Amino acid sequence: MLDLIIFYFAAVIAVGAAVMMIMQRNPVASVLYLVVSLVAQAILYVQLNALFVGALLIIIYTGAILVLFLFVIMLLNLRGEHFGGKQSRMGRASKIAITVILFAEMVAIFKQVAIPERIGTQAAAVAEDFGSVEMVASHLFKEYLYPFELTSILLLVAIVGAVVLAKRDKTEKMEDA
Amino acid sequence: MDQYLSVLIFLLVGVGIVLFTFFIARLIRPHNPYKEKNQTYECAEAPVGNSWVKFNNHFYIFALIFVVFDVEAVFLFPWAVAFGQLGLFALVEMIIFIAILVFGLYYAWKKGVLKWV
Amino acid sequence: MITTGFIIASAIKVIVVVVAVLTGCAYATWLERKLVGHIQHRIGPNLAGPFGLLQPIADAIKLAFKEDIVPERAERVTYALAPIVAFIPAMLSFAVIPFGDTITIMGQQIDMVISDLNIGILYIFAITSLGVYGIVLAGWSSGSKYSLLGGIRSSAQMISYEIAYGLSIIGVLIIAQTLSMKELVAQQANFFDWFIFRQPLGFVLFVICAIAETNRSPFDMPEAESELVGGYHTEYSSLRFAMFFIGEYANMITVAAVVTTIFLGGWQGPLLPPVVWFCIKVFLFMAFYVWIRGTLPRVRYDQLMNLGWKVLFPLALLNVVVTALIYRL
Repeated sequence: MLDLIIFYFAAVIAVGAAVMMIMQRNPVASVLYLVVSLVAQAILYVQLNALFVGALLIIIYTGAILVLFLFVIMLLNLRGEHFGGKQSRMGRASKIAITVILFAEMVAIFKQVAIPERIGTQAAAVAEDFGSVEMVASHLFKEYLYPFELTSILLLVAIVGAVVLAKRDKTEKMEDA
Repeated sequence: MDQYLSVLIFLLVGVGIVLFTFFIARLIRPHNPYKEKNQTYECAEAPVGNSWVKFNNHFYIFALIFVVFDVEAVFLFPWAVAFGQLGLFALVEMIIFIAILVFGLYYAWKKGVLKWV
Repeated sequence: MITTGFIIASAIKVIVVVVAVLTGCAYATWLERKLVGHIQHRIGPNLAGPFGLLQPIADAIKLAFKEDIVPERAERVTYALAPIVAFIPAMLSFAVIPFGDTITIMGQQIDMVISDLNIGILYIFAITSLGVYGIVLAGWSSGSKYSLLGGIRSSAQMISYEIAYGLSIIGVLIIAQTLSMKELVAQQANFFDWFIFRQPLGFVLFVICAIAETNRSPFDMPEAESELVGGYHTEYSSLRFAMFFIGEYANMITVAAVVTTIFLGGWQGPLLPPVVWFCIKVFLFMAFYVWIRGTLPRVRYDQLMNLGWKVLFPLALLNVVVTALIYRL
């Protein structure tokens, strides 16, 4: 019972904050709503027993990536007024229409794929240590070895990208001077 | 599961205490703003311009590199915990992983990106 | 199953811990002023109550009666939220710290920890990574140049040390094979099993990074008055300022408790009750914090960034690899 209450509470916050995030004109407020949404999603993961994924969501997304977003916003000093004034009525109407259509499509797909087999059935029992860090580790470092090693290459590419960005800026400055 | 409930209770109590304190403080503190008082501090002079400051873009580069190594650090946690049962192979695997990223660090270092100017 | 008894028990524990930590914060300020005073051949606060013991209370009351100033250029909502965002994570880490052995009251086993998460250390790491928000937001929303510069500097400092902070615990995890704080304490029953002896480099790295993470001297950029005035909290006054202040001390106490639990054997100790041992160790580490502040000069910002990225981070990685090799061979 309590689980259900917490689930709905977190789910409503996650979705609500996500909606608020795109409704904001102020980019910093957008980032903050995204933080709230991600924390709520982490609670949902914890409820699914996926502890590691929940912790990961907070450490990587809220703790690192969104901080990077905030830095960029501050670096460029983006404030609300940089994103134009009121939208035209046509523009707004067309956006709402597209959203409604996409949402309807999503519902239709879910109805076909997910729901019929699941109605009235309980989720299958999961192993005792499902979602635990040890479980994640044994899968990650045995079965998904190559993807894991590829991740390191991906991260290396990201570093090289950062270095190139930094260097390019510096040479431009030198040319200016 | 119940252990997480305690964390939630902790969060609620913490937020509750903060809000309660602010509520009490609102009742007892004075409120007398005027233009000079509400100016931002700038060594007792009238503030010049707005708070737009041209940042050293190093902050941004460091944040970017931080994201990369944060991901690496998070991968190390499950590896360390399951180290005993994973066997020698996982050790080699992780040393390769770390080596590739150390190479990245070395590259950034040599290119002078890690140097604060 | 979750029972009402469980909820009541954990609510009581939460309230006791919150009150203890807040009192601890108040008296940490007293301890710091008194100790630094003696280090500098002064007496420190001595007028409010015996030995100045009522000073923290006097300070709190004074701050509560001060006007809450919101600068005209501030982003109001964010400005109001930032102190809360800074304060809450500082408290939350305490949820997984075991401060005593399991006791039995009226046939009920009660763990002396708010929540024995089996991912305890990851939880602490996650909460620590949220600590940067209060500072960034305070700096950004104040609309002041000093706040913005101070905020972005402090936050860049925090993220730079966060990686080495996380990596320095990995060595302990390799040996202990668990993320649970309770389990970690259990493994340090013998004095020479304390992880400070098994992971000396890890300990040193962890302490340095922890001091930088909490923005404390010699890494206290927010208080570099000569360049940044008050850093990210330049514009704050009244209880909102107090919130940052308490948050900083709560962070220190949390770090002291984490170091105690991970490296110094937690509540383990002879003769005295576990809770007392825990408090003694935390107190000693707090005194160490103050001692460092009284001894070392502040590092320059470029030195600070270099230390984080070019010394501590490679050393932490080295520590991980060496520990893994020793453990395996």
